Amino acid sequence: MDGSDHLAHERSKAQFDVEKMKIVWAGSLYAFQVSNRIARLVAGDPAFRKENRAVLSRRELFKNTLRKAAHAWKRITELGLSEEEASWLRFYVDELSYAYVHWGMFVPAIKGSGTEDQQNKWLPLATNMQIIGTYAQTELGHGSNVRGLETTASFDPKTDEFIIHSPTLTSSKWWPGGLGKIATHAVVYARLITDGQDHGVHGFIVQLRSLDDHLPLPGITVGDIGMKFGSGAFNSIDNGFVRFDHVHIPRNQMLMRVSQVTREGKYVHSNVPRQLVYGAMVYVRQIIVVDASIALSRAVCIAARYSAVRRQFGSENHEISGTRVETQVIDYKTQQSRLFPLLASAYAFRFIGEWLKWLYTDLTQKLEANDFSTLPEAHACTAGLKSLTTSAAADGIEECRKLCGGHGYLTSSGLPELYAVFVPACTYEGDNIVLLLQVARFLMKTISKLPSGRNYKLSGATAYMGHMEHYLIKYSCNVQKAEDWLKPNTILEAFEARAIRMCFACAQNLTKFADQSEGFSELSTDLVEAAIAHCQLIVVSKFIKKLRQNIEGNGVKQQLETLCYIYALHLIHKNSGDFLSTGCLNPKQASLANDQLRSLYAKVRPNVIALVDAFNYSDHFLGSVLGCYDGNVYPRLYEEACKDPLNDSVVADGYGEYIQPLLNQQLLNARL
Amino acid sequence: MEGVDHLAHERSKAQFDVDQMKVVWVGSRHALQVSDRIARLVASDPVLRKDDRTMMTRKELFKNTLRKAAHGWKRINELRLSEEEASWFRHYVDQPAYTDLHWGMFVPFIKGSGTEEQQKKWLPLAYKMQIIGCYAQTELGHGSNVQGLETTATFDPKTDEFVLNSPTLTSSKWWPGGLGKAATHAVAFARLITDGKDHGVNGFIVQLRNLDDHLPLPGITVGDIGMKFGNGAYNSMDNGVLRFDNVRIPRDQMLMRVAQVTREGKYVQSNVPRQLLYGTMVFVRQTIVADASTALSRAVCIATRYSAVRRQFGSENGGVETQVIDYKTQQSRLFPLLASAYAFRFVGEWLKWLYTDVTQKLQANDFSTLPEAHACTAGLKSLTTSATADAIEECRKLCGGHGYLSNSGLPELFAVYVPACTYEGDNIVLLLQVARFLMKTVSQLPSGKKPVGTTSYMGRAEHLIQCRCNVQKVEDWLKPSVILEAFEARAIRMSIACAQDLSKFSNQEEGFAELSSNLAEAAVAHCQLIVVSKFIEKLQQDIPGKGVKEQLQNLCNIYALYIIHKHLGDFLSTGSITAKQASLANDQLRSLYSKLRPNAIALVDAFNYTDHYLGSVLGRYDGDVYPNLYAEAWKDPLNESVVPDGYREYIQPLLKNQLRNARL
Repeated sequence: MDGSDHLAHERSKAQFDVEKMKIVWAGSLYAFQVSNRIARLVAGDPAFRKENRAVLSRRELFKNTLRKAAHAWKRITELGLSEEEASWLRFYVDELSYAYVHWGMFVPAIKGSGTEDQQNKWLPLATNMQIIGTYAQTELGHGSNVRGLETTASFDPKTDEFIIHSPTLTSSKWWPGGLGKIATHAVVYARLITDGQDHGVHGFIVQLRSLDDHLPLPGITVGDIGMKFGSGAFNSIDNGFVRFDHVHIPRNQMLMRVSQVTREGKYVHSNVPRQLVYGAMVYVRQIIVVDASIALSRAVCIAARYSAVRRQFGSENHEISGTRVETQVIDYKTQQSRLFPLLASAYAFRFIGEWLKWLYTDLTQKLEANDFSTLPEAHACTAGLKSLTTSAAADGIEECRKLCGGHGYLTSSGLPELYAVFVPACTYEGDNIVLLLQVARFLMKTISKLPSGRNYKLSGATAYMGHMEHYLIKYSCNVQKAEDWLKPNTILEAFEARAIRMCFACAQNLTKFADQSEGFSELSTDLVEAAIAHCQLIVVSKFIKKLRQNIEGNGVKQQLETLCYIYALHLIHKNSGDFLSTGCLNPKQASLANDQLRSLYAKVRPNVIALVDAFNYSDHFLGSVLGCYDGNVYPRLYEEACKDPLNDSVVADGYGEYIQPLLNQQLLNARL
Repeated sequence: MEGVDHLAHERSKAQFDVDQMKVVWVGSRHALQVSDRIARLVASDPVLRKDDRTMMTRKELFKNTLRKAAHGWKRINELRLSEEEASWFRHYVDQPAYTDLHWGMFVPFIKGSGTEEQQKKWLPLAYKMQIIGCYAQTELGHGSNVQGLETTATFDPKTDEFVLNSPTLTSSKWWPGGLGKAATHAVAFARLITDGKDHGVNGFIVQLRNLDDHLPLPGITVGDIGMKFGNGAYNSMDNGVLRFDNVRIPRDQMLMRVAQVTREGKYVQSNVPRQLLYGTMVFVRQTIVADASTALSRAVCIATRYSAVRRQFGSENGGVETQVIDYKTQQSRLFPLLASAYAFRFVGEWLKWLYTDVTQKLQANDFSTLPEAHACTAGLKSLTTSATADAIEECRKLCGGHGYLSNSGLPELFAVYVPACTYEGDNIVLLLQVARFLMKTVSQLPSGKKPVGTTSYMGRAEHLIQCRCNVQKVEDWLKPSVILEAFEARAIRMSIACAQDLSKFSNQEEGFAELSSNLAEAAVAHCQLIVVSKFIEKLQQDIPGKGVKEQLQNLCNIYALYIIHKHLGDFLSTGSITAKQASLANDQLRSLYSKLRPNAIALVDAFNYTDHYLGSVLGRYDGDVYPNLYAEAWKDPLNESVVPDGYREYIQPLLKNQLRNARL
């Protein structure tokens, strides 16, 4: 490579302090420094290279992942990395393995649901990786509906044990990562049965494999569930199935923080409130929202840089040092109107993730003080934002791939794998549609309690519903010219009005049904749309709130303001049916929003490369020939092509058997 | 497996004659019989199995593809299949291979752009597969803008040859299927240069590999461009890279139907009109629209069947859980896609007719309908491929977690389909071409020039600008004329609004660039109108079979009202309908879903896909999903041993805390 920066000109156009923006993106100077240091550590370690991943066979890929996970753990212990640093290291290794499930699901489940005794026993084993754990909840026939799980854990008072059993084929545990080939232990969810009585689903620590020879223990049938979407991607992890044939475990391996089974087989609740379990859900989903902003920002970074490198058409008007060149693709309005809203979304999701982190801390403190008042709202809010951000990020990644033209289809662009590895986030930890219906249910409940006003606190993100009357009767948007769309309050009110009116219309339609649950299912599509309107409002309002803080750095805040407006106005355009049909806007105002959007695109254009540089992604982490920092795309693409196994030989394997006889008209006698 | 039909109950609920619907879907009784016979032939041939495809390495997969292609050709010859049968055969083999480009691009291009003499020389070789051809147009740095290609073909009058060169890295041919490892010949596009003068891009037949040992000829550097999206999918194809270093070819290998270079090196146009080339483009894109309906219908078939098998929630009263297909949220995502599959089928059928019509007119030197036909095909290619790609992915999500498994068939279906949004015209670029045509049509309205074909509604601009939708109750939305007028009003109002905004710019080109997003939206509105109107036209035909027409009417209404709901902003902001009418359309949509529900399984059965072709555990005809998912899982290479490869090196030392001394 020639070592020059092909995007230097783009970078010189930036109107803000990129280094300061990096800190805003990372969350703090400290977070920036730690993540930057670890990113370089990983990128500089040849054991962690990943560009060859797509050409590996499943077995090679899997073995390679085991090697990386072991190497990562070795480095973590050798360097004495803190827990925070270790988690950054796993993050930058960027290859899914059992380690993610062990640290991300198994350890937190024991922390959250185990008694102090249980934590004392299991956590040291887990944090030293003397055991490897997985989280076995979903079954072959049962996903979202946890109450429908079939696996049983029956208490046997004679032996003081639980008997874990898979009564049907559909009760086979199915999907848990790390389960197929690696985990020695699992937190298994099963219906607790004592004395013939079903107490619903509880968690149990079950050893799966011998710690000596890794063979499955008696009564346990375990394996990998097979190939998944894409090359590389989730194929590096052993999502597995397990079937239990009357497997005995000691009684103290039921996770007993919230409820216990006594020696006599009595089922009793502890004084620890059940709601704590919801706290764990809020925690996991908040992390997923952060992941969504990261995945989307990676895709946007690739698409933005390559759009500045790639040129197409328009050579009539453009000359650089005397030669005609085509127009940079990023200068086309059609490209801008698809790409820039995604850039804005990446920032919007970053800040909503930050806010959710705060929300979780706040919630935890309240729960510990036995204050459960904000839990339903926090729960609905996190569920809705998980759904909104993961769906948008998945679509956004694929859109970024298309924005790269044909070359985005090559695995060396990094985008196919990025999509394949992210898209399950729309399904796991709550299917996105199921989650929106939960939000809708909460919104309908909120509205139904509004008139009485008593005993129901409008907290957090639903506070705006307190202005129901204003928005239903008095409100009208006062935008008259394009600039009016740059007022945060105007934007906020339009989003609030739309959300309230959609919710209210649903509530009214619901009352027409004698049977509420029938009405809910009949109107579920409308309810989902109302829930989305509510969630989009939250994202917009938190972005605006972020901008009211003090933000350092030359021009940084101005850029964020532009992005915030782009995010909001692009939503108005995309969902103009909602805004118009609820009468929140008139067609003229919608059209002005669109005009304003176009000028915002022009305003952000010179800053785009710097805005994706601010994500501070190393070329290693980005893993994309099209998105490389220096923009020297084409020589790299050519070089990568040469590495394909098909290019190992000039004449392809199979020529002698299948091409030569065909060309020589000798196929009829050939054995194929 | 046990041989029970788990979907029998669903099938018994159908309110129409499924066999008649099969005829409607495939186009004719004859087509059904042929396709059905060949589908079974392919499905029962063990060489053509494809369930192991996603587990192969690139090299294994490619070799397997070569094998299937050779076997396919052998069977086609042994059984003396007709051209029609052979093309069905390749269709059902369902694995991208060099043969797709040989038959789909190389041969048609020689037919379209070669002189009679050239056709006589090359076509027999190609028909017998004594040579294998590919189509080398796009370059590493140049895709949609064909005029920007850099490869040169310079005429050398001394030797009566063209000299082909790749002057820069970005001029390397890049993407052509079959080029990387299989093709012996290519139609290569290059800038024709005679006597220092650049005559723009022309096509040349170039031999790439030796017919004896398959080695690249001198001056030719050729290879594969690497892995692509997904497992299986287009990785079975050797999309390739090609560089020319002073490669000489005889003068008569320039395709000379439209323009020639004489012995003296003079560039002359023949009397064959250039417009004929657009005819080829119309042909190719029309096939792509037909492919869209096929790909979409496969995904819908899988998602619909599995939605009837899969149960979730609703067991509070003690019974079994509810079939997922009974949830309105599932219906409102799935049923419009089912309707779209049928809609795209019929618009594809109509495009086939249009192509025949255009060809006849071109042969009679009548070019009057060509611009409209060209715009219409470009727009429909864009609309249907974008909608299909999104819909396949939506169908995958509608299958929940299991849709993410390769053996659901959906990941590969998506990966193999989605390039259709980019090849043969990037979808956004195409919409802008349509928009350009629409703006021209609008600008000519005052002159009294009558718009033709799919733009003829624009002749009623005056009425459509001021008409009011007269829907007052839910049932009014079942009237075809009401639906049509709403779509026409929306399309023309959006076009006219664009034209008015454009007139505010002193520089038209600048205005077009600035407003291109709005223009693309107007083009979409126009194309959606075409799909709706052709569906309605189809229903005006005589369609035999009990209940068949009723089902199609239902699907047509679902397609139209779903588009209204999805693009509500357009309809409201142009005042084509009111908010109240929009809400009525939505209510009607819900009842249409209920009406469709009992027929859903039979409507996807009507696609007549074998389990082999469908290639999906979730979409099996018998609905026996779970035992098969379990059986498939065991086939994964990771399950060949109980303790995985790598345990001793990377897991055991970790568990024993002995990593520090381990060499990793």
